[in-house]
Amino acid sequence: MIGKRTTMDGNTAVAHVAYRVNEVCAIYPITPSSTMAELADQWSAEGLANIWGNVPVVQEMQSEGGAAGTVHGALQSGAMTTTFTSSQGLLLMLPNMFKIAGELTATVFHVAARSLATSALSIFGDHSDVMAVRGTGFALICSGNVQEAHDTALIAEAATLAARVPFLHFFDGFRTSHELNTLDLVADDDMRAMISGELVRAHRARALSPEHPFIRGTAHNPDTYFQAREAVSPYHAAVPAIVEDAMARFGTLTGRHYRLFEYEGAPDAQRVLVLMGSGAETARQTVATLAARGEKVGVLQVRLYRPFSAAHFLAALPPSVTAIAVLEQTKEVGAAGEPLYLDVIATLAQGLMNGQRASIPKVTGGRYGISSKDFTPAMVKAALDELAQPAAARRNSFTLGINDDVSHSSLAVDTTFVLDTSGTTCAVFYGLGADGTVGANKNSVKIIAEDAGQYAQGYFVYDSHKSGAQTTSHLRFGPAPIKAPYLIASAGFVACHQFGFLERQDLLRVAAPGGVFLLNSPFGVDATWDRLPRPVQQQIIDKRLRVFIIDASRVAQDVGLGVRTNTVLQTCFFAISGVLPRDEAIRHIKESIRKSYARKGEAVVAKNFAAVDGTLACLFPLVIPAAATNPAGRPPIVPADAPEFVRRVTALMLVGRGDEIPVSLMPADGSFPSGTAAFEKRNIADEVPVWETDLCIQCGQCSFVCPHSVIRSRHFDETALAGAPATFKSAPVNARGYPEARFSLQFHVEDCTGCGLCVEACPALSPRVPGLKAINLAPKAPLLADARLDLAFFEALPVNERSRVDFANVRGVQFLEPLFEFSGACAGCGETPYLKLLSQLFGDRAQIANATGCSSIYGGSLPVTPWTKDRDGRGPAWSNSLFEDNAEFGMGYRLAADQQLGLARTLLAQLAPVVGAGLAGAILAAPQIHEFELRAQRARVALLKAALLALDSEPARDLLSVADHLVRRSIWIVGGDGWAYDIDYGGLDHVLASGRNVNVLVLDTELYSNTGGQASKATPLGAVAKFAAAGKRVPRKDLALQAMAYGDVYVAQVAMGANPQQTLDAFREAEAYDGPSLILAYSQCIAHGIDMRFGMHQQQLAVACGYWPLLRYNPALRAVGRNPLQLDSPRPTIPFKAYAYNEIRYSSLTRTRPDEAAALLAQAQAAVTGKYRQYEDLAARDGSRFTPDGSRFTPDGAVALPAH
Amino acid sequence: MDLTTRYMGLVLRNPLVASASPLTGTLDGIRQLEEAGAGAVVLPSLFEEEIAAEAERYDHLTSANDDSWPESATSFPTLPELRHGPHHYLDLIRAARAAVDIPVIASINGVTSAGWIDYAKLIEEAGASALELNVYFVATDPMRSGREVEQRYLDILAAVRKAVAIPVAVKLGPYFSSLGHLAVELQDAGADALVLFNRFYQPDLDAVKLEVLTDLRLSEPNEIRLPLLWIAALSGRVTASLAASTGVSTATEVVKYLLAGADVVMTTSSLLKHGAPHMATLLAGLDAWLDAREFGSLAEMRGLMSQRRLKNPEAFERANYLKILAGYDRG
Repeated sequence: MIGKRTTMDGNTAVAHVAYRVNEVCAIYPITPSSTMAELADQWSAEGLANIWGNVPVVQEMQSEGGAAGTVHGALQSGAMTTTFTSSQGLLLMLPNMFKIAGELTATVFHVAARSLATSALSIFGDHSDVMAVRGTGFALICSGNVQEAHDTALIAEAATLAARVPFLHFFDGFRTSHELNTLDLVADDDMRAMISGELVRAHRARALSPEHPFIRGTAHNPDTYFQAREAVSPYHAAVPAIVEDAMARFGTLTGRHYRLFEYEGAPDAQRVLVLMGSGAETARQTVATLAARGEKVGVLQVRLYRPFSAAHFLAALPPSVTAIAVLEQTKEVGAAGEPLYLDVIATLAQGLMNGQRASIPKVTGGRYGISSKDFTPAMVKAALDELAQPAAARRNSFTLGINDDVSHSSLAVDTTFVLDTSGTTCAVFYGLGADGTVGANKNSVKIIAEDAGQYAQGYFVYDSHKSGAQTTSHLRFGPAPIKAPYLIASAGFVACHQFGFLERQDLLRVAAPGGVFLLNSPFGVDATWDRLPRPVQQQIIDKRLRVFIIDASRVAQDVGLGVRTNTVLQTCFFAISGVLPRDEAIRHIKESIRKSYARKGEAVVAKNFAAVDGTLACLFPLVIPAAATNPAGRPPIVPADAPEFVRRVTALMLVGRGDEIPVSLMPADGSFPSGTAAFEKRNIADEVPVWETDLCIQCGQCSFVCPHSVIRSRHFDETALAGAPATFKSAPVNARGYPEARFSLQFHVEDCTGCGLCVEACPALSPRVPGLKAINLAPKAPLLADARLDLAFFEALPVNERSRVDFANVRGVQFLEPLFEFSGACAGCGETPYLKLLSQLFGDRAQIANATGCSSIYGGSLPVTPWTKDRDGRGPAWSNSLFEDNAEFGMGYRLAADQQLGLARTLLAQLAPVVGAGLAGAILAAPQIHEFELRAQRARVALLKAALLALDSEPARDLLSVADHLVRRSIWIVGGDGWAYDIDYGGLDHVLASGRNVNVLVLDTELYSNTGGQASKATPLGAVAKFAAAGKRVPRKDLALQAMAYGDVYVAQVAMGANPQQTLDAFREAEAYDGPSLILAYSQCIAHGIDMRFGMHQQQLAVACGYWPLLRYNPALRAVGRNPLQLDSPRPTIPFKAYAYNEIRYSSLTRTRPDEAAALLAQAQAAVTGKYRQYEDLAARDGSRFTPDGSRFTPDGAVALPAH
Repeated sequence: MDLTTRYMGLVLRNPLVASASPLTGTLDGIRQLEEAGAGAVVLPSLFEEEIAAEAERYDHLTSANDDSWPESATSFPTLPELRHGPHHYLDLIRAARAAVDIPVIASINGVTSAGWIDYAKLIEEAGASALELNVYFVATDPMRSGREVEQRYLDILAAVRKAVAIPVAVKLGPYFSSLGHLAVELQDAGADALVLFNRFYQPDLDAVKLEVLTDLRLSEPNEIRLPLLWIAALSGRVTASLAASTGVSTATEVVKYLLAGADVVMTTSSLLKHGAPHMATLLAGLDAWLDAREFGSLAEMRGLMSQRRLKNPEAFERANYLKILAGYDRG
């Protein structure tokens, strides 16, 4: 049966099948597989039935380990069960996979294959995760494109039921999972035909049942375990034939035929590549071209990788082959070769030994496509060319696509080699995340493929920022299926949707000669040419590009679409690319707008229609002069005096040329310099803060809440103003006793996101001008030149001495240097102000363990790092281990620090006579609570180190190596609620129960922000989130109360927008407390559905309604006989609704399920009221209700004061 | 006591109507009002502008960051049941009609001509007993003449009248040069009832923060005089039903409006202050007043003090005004 032709990405194509042929789905979100689970959940919520007419149940778990356990249980109970995962998630499933396979259980895990975290995390695609589980006993089956992934999902499902061997179906993360491509869907009837009802019933019959009980999961002794392992062998041996049969049946039903090993190329090929995944598609296309030229080349695509069928492999490989290169998307350090390479060699050797082959071809192995590194036809040719070298000269373990100037493994690639793409339209679009470019292009792909009947492909590349992110869309269209899983290198149509990109990057290198260039320019048709940097002008002339200009921002603004220029630019694309006749295209665009936006209301539809209609009149061709006219080239991307690493490495990444960075410039152990975000200067805000000196009360609220550390305050003697730029602003310090002191507030406007939190936080209103505050937003362009000069002057002013700053109030904190700055977090992010505060207070002695999630992405994603250093070169030492182990990771910091401090103290005592008893005694007895005490200790330790350097003894050298620990180290464990409440809850609990001095900061957005807003156990009752689309039905976990139950854990619940002083107090107390501390920090998030500018106001409301009571539980207070729990916020003054219904996560339920919304609101209000009463009750008593703090009692019963 | 009255062709068990408020926005509230004795309910106005703004806000806040970074194409779940537009309002009409026996009057406030007509049709289809047009329009544009403003009311009414068959009321403000004439014109254009008056939102200024204050002030009994004047003036002169609205706190105001000739008396503020059961208090007060004066039915007293039936009709006009002023001077 021919199924419906449509266009979708690989994740959707796989989920489409997996959902229909399963009953239970237990998942945990992880990139790039999350979409599959989200779709399943959405379909389940919509009541979509599977092929048996039932609606599958989708359950989000607390981790992939939990998901795998649930899958295992559901399978043991006879349900058709599946899961979706990637990378670390797959590793967490590993133990259960051995169990599931060992018990011969039919299931298919669908894996969007992704890199594993090694020296660095990468969300992108390769096979290292799959290769890490190849010993589990799962059959591994791989698909290479969207159609194949769709089809293989079903073939695997059919095969697993017949084989009783579980299957892992994998496809390339992003390259396949996120590529939009045209495919023919398998009809539901064909699915029914493939999935044998008898086998499903047999699967059920094997389930646990008290009606016919048996025991599974026994423990064996040496006498039987071995035999039991061998008992499964026949099942695995049967898999290849079963898969072959399933493929054959599938081919009969659909007309699409697959083999376990698919050979293509010259029948008498001598040189053959062996590989799997999307790279095989590129290899096939390339080989076809080369074979047509008479080259004796071929490619063998591996589909069923485990069990590896030697017989099928040998049968598929032409006997003429003399040279094989096995290409792999994984690196197995220390092995004789990568896994497939070894399989191929072993198979060939067996073939020779068994007489199936007369000789063994020379086999080499190579690596490509690691972490979605683009794999092009030129690279395929390079590998085949290498096979043409004399055997002795051929490199083994080679690499493709990088410049390995260390081990010299790279093959040279002739980048001029391209496949003939005539007949295919190639278009590349550069846009911003916020302007909707990717969304529009996804839409164009749908229009062209589904409405206009062509084949289409869309692939999208993003940078790593969450605000102002650049996106690149690669679109191909044509009359034939698009089989090109690599980026477009030569495009007939290039669009730049943000003029500023041209000043930073060489976008037109991708433009094909004679092509079309669409530019969104605010400068109009007359002034645009002269604004183009000279290299851009020259490229336009040299490549004879036709250039079209549109001021899309103005058209969008005029029709009320704000910054969303997507519809305007999409219309331009269709108008000038000629992909479709113009009128037809516009009709399709409008139909698509109606389809896309109908649910969002007629007004949204109307505005987009208006944008379409208003576009063509504003689209102009640009007359190209004969010669370049602009004398100015692009400004340097980083200053000439930037550190060498920034100039040589970071700068290349910043202009989109990171692929060119050679291996020798990469830190081998993953250690990167701090503070490189300061060199990025993204200039993403149109409006930036401006200071009114006369109105300002110098309270520091603006800099306190600034998520990007853009606002800086300094006070200085007025004599320092000598030489200040005329525009430099300062004001007398408004505190008594400093008559000659000046105060200045400055803004890093090039790093500002324009979020406006500072304006909303400013309490100083003009008594004369309505609406004017002491800080206001104004257009940046006219301010920029002066702002740069002012900032340079400001930066040269003396840094305020920390030991003279009053840390105890918000006003004082503004004078502390932030050591976390200019991250790529969202505009108005609720998390980053807390991290900035942490860095200001303790950054120069902080060691941070950061769980994977938003904070690790904006905190540690290349190209730049926001964690930085102070003038003395000190700053937070930051690392990310994993998502699931961060509490334990930070615990390791503490244990090591304590141990090394102990060693240092012992050695110092030992060396006291040599280094000076006075110095040693002072160091050993030093209190280190206040900044002046820490400063004094630093000075002593510096003296000590100087003294030690002069000593030539083993103990002196040892002490020198650990002497830094004599300055009290501040250990911080940071992560989001998904980490703390779910995946590492057990670890966090254990660490909190350890009594060790660690500080835990939970940036609580109440859902998984980084992966797109999935519900966590911090998600509140009644809130809508992914996997809680009908509103969460249980209240959020009260982690604060749980931690308090230990008695000796410092616990604070803070919301800086409601009470910045309480936040400050909590951070300082937590850090000073000599034991475990937990701070739960309310953090607004874009996934709440609020205007982020008012995020801090929303925090106020959260506290005012009693939903988020501010509290501090300080066990140290017990030493003075006080109740350790202090409630810092008053009784609720507004109803919960007044807070909640400001947020779409709550209010949307009133639109979808009004009755349930009302009931949930009532429940939520009751929960809020009850919770507040509970805290009030605990805080009002004498504290005896809390667990005694055993760790603070000495053997004689006296209470021990915390030692610092 | 027979309290029945006719309001734009509908027979009401009594003349007390709960006008648009949060109470009439929920099924529970409507049930409570019926139980407390309301003769009819007017649902909160369906604001076209608000629907559009809500849809846009939802779109912006849930999709502004879509497709911005690789880990998540969206940050909000797809909600299959989500429907922006008047659906929930229409559901409320349907549910209310099924749940209560008293008439359910819908109300709309349009912005575009399409909005008025489309929503009116949908409301009729949903089963509303009648429709109130809440022409909330503050004519601040100095270039717009009084006639143009009046014509706008008439045009809206005509368009809606053409679109639906259910009774249509027009709720209007007092700020017209010749309200009586406009009332007749509206009646001629098909208005089955006139609701007097719409209390246009009147902002205040915060002299400390230099901000415009947008709080809502509930009406007070001392505000009844203006509508009372016009009810009295129009009673018997127009065939359209008259609904008095504004300032009803106790049964006294109810009685006064009825004496002036109102067919129904609407209240919001008192219900918001005292809750739905207050409707029963008002009703009991009216009953007691009629009883005390031995009226046999409401019809006997309604309009007793309308301008047409007063022996000195000029009491409502300028002569009376001059008398008051003269008295004030002497005092």
